[in-house]
This record gives sequence, structure tokens and C-alpha cells, in this order.
Amino acid sequence: MEISFRDMITVLHGMGFGALFMLAFSGAIGVIYATAVAGPARPLSRLTTMMFRFYLISMATLAWLATLSGAYVIYPWYRAAAPAGTTDLSLYPRLLLLSSPLTAGWHDYGMEWKEHVAWLTPIAMTMVAYVFIKYGPQLALHRHMRNAVLGFTAVAFFATAVAGVFGAFLNKYAPVRGGHEYILFEDK
Amino acid sequence: MAVQSLPTGPGAAAILAAGIGSLVLGLCAFAADAEPSVGHAFVFWVPTGALSGVTTTAIIAWLGSWLGLSRRWRARDVSLVRVNVAAFAMLLVALLLTFPPFMDLLQGR
Repeated sequence: MEISFRDMITVLHGMGFGALFMLAFSGAIGVIYATAVAGPARPLSRLTTMMFRFYLISMATLAWLATLSGAYVIYPWYRAAAPAGTTDLSLYPRLLLLSSPLTAGWHDYGMEWKEHVAWLTPIAMTMVAYVFIKYGPQLALHRHMRNAVLGFTAVAFFATAVAGVFGAFLNKYAPVRGGHEYILFEDK
Repeated sequence: MAVQSLPTGPGAAAILAAGIGSLVLGLCAFAADAEPSVGHAFVFWVPTGALSGVTTTAIIAWLGSWLGLSRRWRARDVSLVRVNVAAFAMLLVALLLTFPPFMDLLQGR
């Protein structure tokens, strides 16, 4: 069983950062809601507050890691130009998709949407983490601020879902491959 | 127990700046897609192409507006209703402008 370097980085981007971020969403809604419900008159314990802050900062960090690794590590591999005369496009996913009208849409719509909409997530989650840390239980006093935080969190979830779903399909039709091959184990 | 409420300004600045950053992202993405010369100008780093300039510009706009608004609203109470309406309107436009079929529709493709 082997895996290429690019496969490994793609898995880290999608499953390590992206999927972990998606899994954390319901918890983020719970953290914000629980803090707002408690309110400043019934403050949460110091440990709970610290854990909630750590949770949202971790989510924002995961969002940045997923977006930056996608745009600056994997995307250049995806859109690499093939040397003249190349007939095997398996190492050039964008060109491979565009080589057939049956798969071109995965690039024209899937990747074009994913590469831009994904950036809304780290912007939104950084704002959410900041507002949460700044106001904490006082979010109970500012209903509109709480609504904004929850609304941006929901949009971040949508943007990540779009990026994740199209990322999975793109990697199915034109996987990002290449680089050093690592043998994980061999059958005897 | 009486609790002194923090001014809403810093939170409002963060929310509005997130909307501004999102809108700039959408506008730059659309401009780069619609006009090849703009797309070329956004190539800040060749391997990533125009995406590098589009996102860098959006992040600069987001952080710059956040810094500016934070300084202006640091100790002020701001109408969160108006800030929310503006921020979500910008976010909605950003979502539409990053959606390829909508981009194509605007360009008459």
C-alpha cells in the first residue's frame, strides 16, 4: 500500500483540516449559544470559558490552514501546465478535466466556485472567534451581535460544505497525484 | 449583579469588516473572471494564478477596514441592526459573485 506525497497533502487538506473543521461546526453553535444563554449574570467557569475560546480559535486556525494549503500548495499542482506534446494528463488535473466536455464542468463550475467561496470561511470564523472572545457572555445582552455571529458561522458552514463536496468530486475525477511515493506496507 | 456592558463598536467593526472583506473577494473574483487584463493583474504569484491576487486583495481590504473601523468605533455604541444589514447584504453579494453560473449570467454568457 503506497501513497504519493501530493495524495498525502491533499488528504491532510481535505480530511485533516477541512473535515475536522466541518465536524466542529455543531460544537461552535453550541458554544456560542451556551455562552449567550448563561449571560453575564451567570458567568461560566474560567476553565469552561478558556475551553470555549480555544475551541473557536482552533476552528479559525483550521479554516486558515485548509484554505491556505488548498490555495498555495494543492491548487498549483492542480493547475500545472503540461509540457508541449504531453498526452497523459493524469498529473495535470485541470487539463484532464477540461479535455472532455463531460468533465469540464467540474473545473468550470466546481473548482471555480470552490476556490473562491472557501475564503469566506476563515474571514467569517476569525470574526466569530474575535467577537466571542471580546464579548463572551455579554453576547446575551447584544442579540443582534449574537445573530451576526451565528449567521456568519452558518455561511462559513455552507462555504466549507461547497468546498468539501466539490473537493471530493474533483479528487475523484481528476486526483492530484505525484511526488515521492511512500510505501506504507507491502503484502507478503 | 449589575454588569457593565461593553460598547458594541469593536464587535460591529469586526462584523462589518468581515462583510467588506467578503464583498471585495466577490468583486475581485468576478472582475478577474470577466476581464482578462484584470485577471492578469491579479497574478501576484504565478503558480496560484489570479486567485493569489484576488484573495490577497480581499484580505488586505478586510484587515484594513477592520483596523480603521476599530479605531473609529473603539469606545462607541453602534447600531448593530444597520451594521448587520450592511454586513449580510455584502456577504450575500459575495456569495452570488463567487457562484460561477451567476458570474456567467452577469457577463451574458
